[in-house]
This record gives sequence, C-alpha cells and structure tokens, in this order.
Amino acid sequence: MNPSNYVVLSALLFSIGTIGVLVRRNAIVVFMSVELMLNAANLAFVAFARMNGNLDGQVVAFFVMVVAASEVVVGLAIILTIFRTRRSASIDEPNLLKY
Amino acid sequence: MTDTAVNTGEAVVFWICSVLAVAGALGMVLSRKAVHSALWIALTMINLAILYVANSAPFLGMVQVIVYTGAVMMLFLFVLMVVGVDSSDSLIETIKGQRLAALILGIGLAGLLVWGIANGLTETSTVGLDAANAADGGNVEGIAHLIFTKYLLAFELTSALLITAAMGAMVLAHREHWTSKATQKDLSVERFHRDEHPGNLPNPGVYARHNAVDTPALLPDGTPLEESIPAPVRARSDARPVDHADVREVHEITEGKGE
Repeated sequence: MNPSNYVVLSALLFSIGTIGVLVRRNAIVVFMSVELMLNAANLAFVAFARMNGNLDGQVVAFFVMVVAASEVVVGLAIILTIFRTRRSASIDEPNLLKY
Repeated sequence: MTDTAVNTGEAVVFWICSVLAVAGALGMVLSRKAVHSALWIALTMINLAILYVANSAPFLGMVQVIVYTGAVMMLFLFVLMVVGVDSSDSLIETIKGQRLAALILGIGLAGLLVWGIANGLTETSTVGLDAANAADGGNVEGIAHLIFTKYLLAFELTSALLITAAMGAMVLAHREHWTSKATQKDLSVERFHRDEHPGNLPNPGVYARHNAVDTPALLPDGTPLEESIPAPVRARSDARPVDHADVREVHEITEGKGE
C-alpha cells in the first residue's frame, strides 16, 4: 500500500461532500457536507505532509480546522436567524432576490 | 515503522477506517433526517481522526476529536434541536432534474479526481515524518515550532478571526426585547381578566369506594361538579355518574351509624 491511498480517500470524501451540497435541501445538512469537504482537504494536507517529510502540511490543516470552527459558528447563527424569520431551514425558501 | 513504506498494521487500519469513513459520508448524504446525518458525519470524523494518527499526526488527531466530534457536531445538534428535530428534507425538486444532474456530476467529479490522483501519485516516494517529528522532540513540539516562527502572523490572525466569529454569532443569535417582560403581577391581572376559573380547579370526588379521577366532586347541595373531572375524561364522556347510595353509606360510616 502507498500513502497516496489517503489522498484518493480524501478525493472520494470530497466528491461525496459535493454531491451532498448539490442534492440536499436542508441548510444544516448542506452545511455538514461543506464540513465533510473541509475534512477531506485536511486529510489530503496531512497525507502530503507525510509524503514530503515536513510538518507544514499539518500546520495548514490546523489552520483549516480553526477557520472551519469559526465558519460553523457564524453559519449556524445565520441559519438560526433565517429560521426565526421564515420558520424554515430549507435553502429553497429564501428567494427574495430571485428576480 | 520505516519512513517510506506503509506496514501491514497501518494498511489494516486504513482499510477499516476508510471504509467506515466513506460509509459515514454516504449515510450523511442519504439519510432523510438531519439528526441521522449529524450522527453519520460524526462517525466519519472519528475515523478521520484515527487516520490522522496513522499518518503520524497525533496532535491533529486529538484536535479533530475535540474540535469536530466534540464541539462542531454538538453545535450542529443544538441548532437541530432549535430548528426542529423532525424537519426532514422534502423530496420535491424545485429545479427539474437537478438531483439526477447533481448525482451524475458528482460521480464524474469523483471519478476524475480519484483516477487522476491514483495515476499521478503511483511513482511518488514517501519521505515520512519521523525525521521531522524527531527534530524538535515530538509532533506537538514540531508543530508549535512552526506555528510560533514561520506561521506566527497567520496564528495571530486566527485569534482575531475567532473573536470576530464569536462576536458575530452573538450579534446574530441575540434577540432584542422591544417590550419589557411581563411580571408576576401582570400575569395575575391578565389571568383574572380572561374570564376563566382563576385558581386551581376542584379535585375530582374522593370517596371511600370510588377514589378515581372519573368521579365528580359533589357540591354542598349534593349535585356533581363537572369541572372537577379532567377535561380529556369529560371529552370522552367517561365520567362516572355519582352513586348517591354510596355517598349516603360513606356518610353513615363516618357518622358511626353503619356497621
């Protein structure tokens, strides 16, 4: 087995996350799919750090985690605010800017 | 473990954890209910943490467990509780054929990425992190060395980002009270204005023989009081009629006239 298998796995997880973003209607599940894509990118970073033999990849993965955590906090607050005004967590509901 | 190759133990760990991670990701996309999705993706994240540790990144593995499965997923579950646990996805497509197109494009993307990476990385040699981890005396020390020298500015900026995110979430989730909250006095006044029975309703009849909620209490003149029976029992008209012979008998017993 080659460590590049980790990168293949990360590509697979990223694609599943993409499908989730495109297919699901619930804003929270869409958000989870985005998290999955970020995690897949992290796995690729960690695997590449190992292949190249320096820790920079791991540091970048660490920063991605920090940014993802703050993104989740703000995103979920936005979802809550939209839910309060529209009583729905569906991403098809907010369409005021459609036309 | 040698630097370049992956030994058998790690291969076993990889195949178990990667299968579980992909299963969790697929379960997240496929399950109808959002809570099930959250639990599936928690499975994926735990397996990714194990894979990080296998990739000689023990610090990131622990951070993954603490930050993602610990904090982020719990936040997701809290928001799901607020939004409503049973808010499952509607199956109506707002754009015709969107689901099928998304599925085809997603599978195409997966094929393209996996095929390209699998072909592109077959010849690469792996240096391994043993030397880099040993240089500063450990994985955590190595990462700390990098963060506080080479990436110091980025690290400082993340603190600003975290503070901004926390403030933003507080501002977004905060609800302003435009009117003052009702005090106990206001509530009491309102209750008496509502033209209903202001206090507790009388208890149902408790006699020696019929100690049951379906038996009405008796007013001083001996007529049954319908309000003393709980409303559901009244609605089903399950109320038991008062047996006046019983009442008389109980009365006689308490007066000491009976047997």
